[in-house]
Amino acid sequence: MKLTQAVKMAFSAILSNKMRSFLTMLGIIIGVLSVTLLVGIVQGATDSVTAQLQGLGGNKLMVSITSPKATYITLEDLTNLQNKDGLGLIAPTIQGADKAKVDGKISAASISGVTDAAQIVDGITVVNGRFIQQSDNQNRLNVAVVGAKIAKDLFGHTDVVGSSFTMLGRSFEIVGVLKEDGTTSMSSQDSTVYIPISTASRLMNQTSIRSFNAATISSGTVDQGKTALENFLGSKIKASSDNSEDKGYTIFNMGDILSAFDSIMGTMSLLLGGIASISLIVGGIGIMNIMLVSVTERTREIGIRKAIGAQHSDILIQFLIEAVSISITGGLIGMLMGAGLLQVLSSIMDLQLHLSVSVSALALGFSLAIGVIFGIYPANKAAKLKPIDALRYE
Amino acid sequence: MIELKKISKTYILGGDTVHAVDELTLTIEEHEFVAIIGASGSGKSTLMNIIGCLDTIDEGQYLLRGQDISSYTDRQMSTLRNREIGFVFQQFNLLQKLTALENVELPLIYQGMGLSQRKKRSVEALVRVGLESRMHHRPNQLSGGQQQRVAIARAIVTRPALILADEPTGNLDSRSSKEILELLHELYEAGNTVLLITHDIHTASEAKRRVRLVDGRIVMDSKYDDEAAYLAEEERAEKMHREAMKI
Repeated sequence: MKLTQAVKMAFSAILSNKMRSFLTMLGIIIGVLSVTLLVGIVQGATDSVTAQLQGLGGNKLMVSITSPKATYITLEDLTNLQNKDGLGLIAPTIQGADKAKVDGKISAASISGVTDAAQIVDGITVVNGRFIQQSDNQNRLNVAVVGAKIAKDLFGHTDVVGSSFTMLGRSFEIVGVLKEDGTTSMSSQDSTVYIPISTASRLMNQTSIRSFNAATISSGTVDQGKTALENFLGSKIKASSDNSEDKGYTIFNMGDILSAFDSIMGTMSLLLGGIASISLIVGGIGIMNIMLVSVTERTREIGIRKAIGAQHSDILIQFLIEAVSISITGGLIGMLMGAGLLQVLSSIMDLQLHLSVSVSALALGFSLAIGVIFGIYPANKAAKLKPIDALRYE
Repeated sequence: MIELKKISKTYILGGDTVHAVDELTLTIEEHEFVAIIGASGSGKSTLMNIIGCLDTIDEGQYLLRGQDISSYTDRQMSTLRNREIGFVFQQFNLLQKLTALENVELPLIYQGMGLSQRKKRSVEALVRVGLESRMHHRPNQLSGGQQQRVAIARAIVTRPALILADEPTGNLDSRSSKEILELLHELYEAGNTVLLITHDIHTASEAKRRVRLVDGRIVMDSKYDDEAAYLAEEERAEKMHREAMKI
């Protein structure tokens, strides 16, 4: 018998019992739907968080000093650490906050006193004017590079290079405007004002540097650079003797956080996918059950077919295709519903959710396998019937 | 064409051994019209299943067209049923979900025949049984006689060597029965070998050769025995039996 004929026979059998076929399919639909939905959401969330973390820099060591008894860490100390032991540029920061004002308009600003190195280490993009330069620091100039939100709050537009505003009791001249990133995340620069670190040190009365970011030469030298920083910080900061856990400083490594997060989310999606696939297996048992009923009901039909010359393989294939058609059709419907629901959830949850090719292929492959695994036993039972017994069956 | 040599088939029914067919020997030539007559339980259905390759024998030898099929595999038996034998059953045994034409096509589908040739052959078979106007009807839209004619069309569509009819008129009224028997006769006239299995003497009288079966053995074969003498003897025995019962 030709395969097209077998497929035709299987489909006419499925269609002749629409309600039953649909209910059987429902098990697979729900199974595939839950797998695609759960894995899709986890993947979407992972992508979104990973993108945010990567925006903070990959080959970067972020140091902050927590000990209140910190001795002075000076610009010179950090300059000496640069460009050796796997480290690249080091960008020290003095953080503060104040209100930026002009003509009665006010905007809350997060102030970062920086050197010119910050632009490279933190990957800052200036769209108008320039960033803080070495000469600004040497001369302790009251110049500022402002975030887009601040420019808009104070002046109504971002074309503000050359304008002035008041902050920390001084008048600052704007020399540059940052690229607008439009987000409200913790990495947003729209409300930041960069000023020379020497100016910040004097105006905010902070003489010691309490946080800095160090770039490493490559992702391979992160560990080497970290060791160098630990040696340096250990010599500068005394650990509180009664608590050896607290070293008085912390070093964050974006790469470590990223890979830890990736592995957590990977396990998570495996776990959720695994739980959801249990419902697929339940759906498969539903198929097997209904196929067994169908074989019993159609014993006489099988007898007739065998009497007029159907081979063992003809009957086997006919019933197997019936089971596989149910599971594959269910899988397709579940997958399409999953893709649709992910689209809807995307707009509701403000996440980029989509059905990846690998997940859809996996879901379809799984439903195919379910159809074969749970279809083979009933199909074989049908094919093994003796024509004489099957014909006598009432 | 058919040679049965001392074939036996036993069943075990509730602990008792039943010799459905008991060392039976029968030869049927090409182009014969044979009726096998017997009461229920005489083993005629078992014989038909054996000849039709639906059942296997326990002992003896069965040669179909000179080939010993006792050693045939399942697969070879299926092929044999498909190509060499056309079945006509008492229950018609049509697939209810298929139209008359689709039912007739089925044996050709299992042969793997292409669509156009298959359709042509099936329509031809339906024309031959006089049902060309009903070929798109389903079995439940046809009368019993018409359903049996569809079954005959299905039996002859593969141009088999042998047509096996098991009580083909058992579920039909007398007019339809007559039509079906005429049709079988026509097929015989056209050169087919027809084997008719029945319990009814009138139905059997349609056949050229009559074989009577009792308890799995042949007790009369009109080819070799004087049937009139046999029938007279049987009638006498029957009469005696009835009289014995009265007393």
